[in-house]
Amino acid sequence: MSESGYADTQPRMGFFTDTSVCIGCKACEVACKEWNLVPASGSSGDGEMDLLGLSYDNTGDLGSNSWRHVAFIEQQVPASRVDNLGMPTIGAPDQQDETGVRWLMSSDVCKHCTHAACLDVCPTGALFRTEFDTVVVQPDICNGCGYCVPACPYGVIEKREDDGRAFKCTLCYDRIGDGLEPACAKACPTESIQYGELDVLRLRAAERKQELHADGVTEARLYGENPDDGVGGTGAFFLLLDEPEVYGLPPDPVVTTRDLPGMWRRAGAAALGVAAAVVASFVGARR
Amino acid sequence: MSRARGPDRDQQRSAQGTGRAQPSRRERAMVEPAEFRSYYGRPIVKEPAWEQPDVPLYLFLGGAAGASASMAAMARVSDLPRLARAGTLVAAGGSLASVAALIHDLGRPERFLYMLRVFKPTSPLSVGSWILAPFSGLATVSTVSLLTGKLRPIGTLAGNAAGLLGPAMCTYTAVLLADTATPAWHEGRRELPVLFAGSAATSGAGAALLLVPTREVAPARNLGLAGAAAEVVAEHRLEHNLGVVSETYRHGRAGTLLKAGKALTAVGAGLSLLSTRSRVASVAAGAAYLAAGVCTRFGVYTAGVASSRDPKYTVVPQRERMAQHGSAVQ
Ligand code: SF4
Ligand code: SF4
Repeated sequence: MSESGYADTQPRMGFFTDTSVCIGCKACEVACKEWNLVPASGSSGDGEMDLLGLSYDNTGDLGSNSWRHVAFIEQQVPASRVDNLGMPTIGAPDQQDETGVRWLMSSDVCKHCTHAACLDVCPTGALFRTEFDTVVVQPDICNGCGYCVPACPYGVIEKREDDGRAFKCTLCYDRIGDGLEPACAKACPTESIQYGELDVLRLRAAERKQELHADGVTEARLYGENPDDGVGGTGAFFLLLDEPEVYGLPPDPVVTTRDLPGMWRRAGAAALGVAAAVVASFVGARR
Repeated sequence: MSRARGPDRDQQRSAQGTGRAQPSRRERAMVEPAEFRSYYGRPIVKEPAWEQPDVPLYLFLGGAAGASASMAAMARVSDLPRLARAGTLVAAGGSLASVAALIHDLGRPERFLYMLRVFKPTSPLSVGSWILAPFSGLATVSTVSLLTGKLRPIGTLAGNAAGLLGPAMCTYTAVLLADTATPAWHEGRRELPVLFAGSAATSGAGAALLLVPTREVAPARNLGLAGAAAEVVAEHRLEHNLGVVSETYRHGRAGTLLKAGKALTAVGAGLSLLSTRSRVASVAAGAAYLAAGVCTRFGVYTAGVASSRDPKYTVVPQRERMAQHGSAVQ
């Protein structure tokens, strides 16, 4: 049995997103929409294009109509840390500047948690765990109760307003079942998005982190790779170049069902309190 | 479209680097502003997808129904027919309305029976559905028997069974809210069951104070006082013991609603002391309690929404936890 409770019929599949080589082309966003027939979305969800004014990010966040989201972060850093892409400029190159802009770009996606809150709380069984250890919604079962939406510690899954049901990344369940890689990974021109067996990806990620550290990029860190984190590690994990919250990721997410036994105990005790109070209220009341 | 679009542009810009939470003026003196970083100040977790007023009403009605059913069962054995009757009617009416609110909130209402497709202990909504469905059925049977005078023994049996389920009706909704990543609800997981138990007791008592003649109203008065005490304690803890997240229970619309709820509870409790002598006082106390219940439930709901809209309430508590226990990010 795997940690998530699935009988091991085949290895767990996942994503390693190496943000250090992301160029912000958004090919993943487009490929995902094309393959999965995800409706057009501005951030307002009305299908109109939205210009958010947040660098090059006009998607804003993950949601029912955005299963991949490329974040763009512009940071002021010492000039020595600016990536020189050798782009043509106008006028003499200005090397005297003490600071420059560093770009952080990262393609975010459903984490396919080992302990997935969305799946835990779904009352209908619409959300289920596949043989690849991924987390998928069955649209023919979901009744749009919306419980999964606030349950996800990463703010991934969302109700599609005009449809009523919840939608999110399926890790291209229909493609990987046929031995294809997910659409986003296929489209990624820099192999920032890598798809494969999770064990292999974890090794590769550890190597990549060491390589970057050796090159002096000491801020490189892995996010979601640790099986001891609050969600038991994620099936889609990341190499980041700054703190997770800078990318809009929670720094220490937990699956809240972890605390469920304690919560039921509290609620049970409170219910007994109600029962006792009701009984006590009738002392001496008999006519 | 209810997607929260957080703080204004200026703050979004500044939130890029190190953002500073802006505390209200009154608070500035007492609390260090929380330092946190974020992605343009945008929310991390999603706002609860439920509609207002559906879900806050579902919480209120279910709680009032649960306490009323238990009261009705006790009133039957204590030979207080008017109190038993009122409790039975409120239990059925409240729980059926609660079911209606829940179904209305579904994205696919025609699939409401899918709630009973499986029983999932990890899902408080599944467990809750398996409490709410039999409860509302039993309460309805009991009411029909009461109103028609037919099948009295079965009606009594059903009413007593509903009375046994009543306390569970009062508190399961607290777990429903607490088992989410919504900071105000999850951080308040220890206090919410007590608050909801107290609020259900005052609401159930309020309905009885409104409907029952003075000579039978004493138990409702007693229950209301006990509920009010539990509410005050739990609310104080929510407002002060949850670190930065407590702000969401004190400020904004949630703060206003919860303050109004507290004031109305106090008025209800005070007036209820006269309820065995004055019918007018009894009715006024009942109305105050019911209004308090509505304010409290909407207040808790609103605090949850506010806490999900500002990344501060997600990032700061998690950072504090990491500082205590070490980081999982390597
Ligand atoms: S990231 Fe959210 S939506 Fe994806 S599996 Fe985890 S809990 Fe579910
Ligand atoms: S909205 Fe659908 S997928 Fe989400 S918890 Fe409800 S039934 Fe499950």
